[in-house]
Amino acid sequence: MSEQPLSSDLKPIPGAPLWLLAELTYRCPLQCAYCSNPLDFAAQQEELSTEEWFDVLRQARAMGAVQLGFSGGEPLVRKDLEALVAEARRLGFYTNLITSGLGLDEARIGALREAGLDHIQISLQAADAEVAAAVAGSPKAHAKKLTMARAVKAAGYPMVLNVVLHRHNIDQIDDIIALCAELGADAVELANCQLYGWAQLNRAGLLPSREQLEAAEATTQRWRERLAAKGQDMRLLFVIPDYYATRPKACMGGWGSIFMTVAPDGAVLPCHSARILPMSFPTVREQPLQAIWYQSDAFNRYRGEDWMPSPCRDCDERHKDFGGCRCQAYMLTGNADATDPVCDLSPDHHLIEAAREEAANDQREVHELTLRNVRESRVFCRE
Amino acid sequence: MNSTRVYRLRPGWRLQWEEAQQRHVLLYPEGMVQLNESAGAILTLLDGERDVTALIDELQRRFPQPPREEMTADVEEFLQDAANQGWIRHE
Ligand code: SF4
Ligand code: SF4
Repeated sequence: MSEQPLSSDLKPIPGAPLWLLAELTYRCPLQCAYCSNPLDFAAQQEELSTEEWFDVLRQARAMGAVQLGFSGGEPLVRKDLEALVAEARRLGFYTNLITSGLGLDEARIGALREAGLDHIQISLQAADAEVAAAVAGSPKAHAKKLTMARAVKAAGYPMVLNVVLHRHNIDQIDDIIALCAELGADAVELANCQLYGWAQLNRAGLLPSREQLEAAEATTQRWRERLAAKGQDMRLLFVIPDYYATRPKACMGGWGSIFMTVAPDGAVLPCHSARILPMSFPTVREQPLQAIWYQSDAFNRYRGEDWMPSPCRDCDERHKDFGGCRCQAYMLTGNADATDPVCDLSPDHHLIEAAREEAANDQREVHELTLRNVRESRVFCRE
Repeated sequence: MNSTRVYRLRPGWRLQWEEAQQRHVLLYPEGMVQLNESAGAILTLLDGERDVTALIDELQRRFPQPPREEMTADVEEFLQDAANQGWIRHE
């Protein structure tokens, strides 16, 4: 009789990665102060080639991935986007393009349609050009986004608009929703910015006040009723910032549970922000995806609940939120194994309260935030 | 329910069989509904031409066990629900 180590016997076998986020590039014409890309993106290695991406898509599909997001950076910067979309569709993926709208024109919309693209998500920064320009560092982007949203709709795509909310635009929410309704969106994500990457750097200048948040939620609810009464099918999804919650989000549906990101240089991550964690992630240039997903230390590190500290370890809610977000725990406490401080049962929850207070005292105007660009990024590049 | 109603999937949404999951899934922008066997069987038959009566005829042919009345009630309830959720539409 052979003795097996008990732990490997008892560990449930992880399911397939149903979601693949393909971050094609960190290049982007915009400079959003809330961008979740890594601060040191300028130090990134060479991007995967078209052939390498084909291979990633084939491997992921064979493993069971079916939802595919092309993002970045700005994925339209890649000239081979159409070819990647076509291959993804041939393999049976549902293909989503997550874009700022810059780099899009009618010809490209047509070519992407031809390639079989299923859906385009465009992000808007505000209801008016002025705030949009200040937060994204580009005076012309807003008008361009609106034109492209209309063209996307006209081409017959389902359209989800994504508006990243923060204290400088959240009071415009009534106008923002009106604009989205006029553009004919199928759904609108009104998502308070998650404080990772550049957003974390600008945190105190981005976090809205509780009053702002409550007013915006109430406006959203009024819009839901108005849309229902008109029979307009536009779903409104309002996402509050973690910093005003008392329980963490079920980050990525659990670490290494359904979601996999492949970064521009081929690093495979459990979420797009995991790069900040003090651990290393294998790349598709070194290992097959299958081995990375099922066997790598990185993906097994926070799977299941063996890793959980107290109070999560004995908490009834651990199957619901999996102890929250590892990146948030690390950013706030310096310990990636800690309970997400968003949870008010966490011994570190005071850090969240302190961050809210710091934000309340921050007087910066929108144009005083640090913009995400190569020059600023170099400051964060390690040797 | 009006039995001459012709339902089809919401434009841009896709139904497909997933070998890895051993079930039909309904794919939509940034999301997926994992369907049980009967939901998969019904949605597969919504081709934009069959009306509700023809749909039930076809289901009866494929699954003769349940009595027609029972099946009709179940299918109509499912269609209503799917329409409310925005999965399917009719003209
Ligand atoms: S958040 Fe802004 S800067 Fe960052 S990738 Fe998106 S559009 Fe570019
Ligand atoms: S203690 Fe841990 S498991 Fe319990 S609610 Fe808080 S974060 Fe979730």
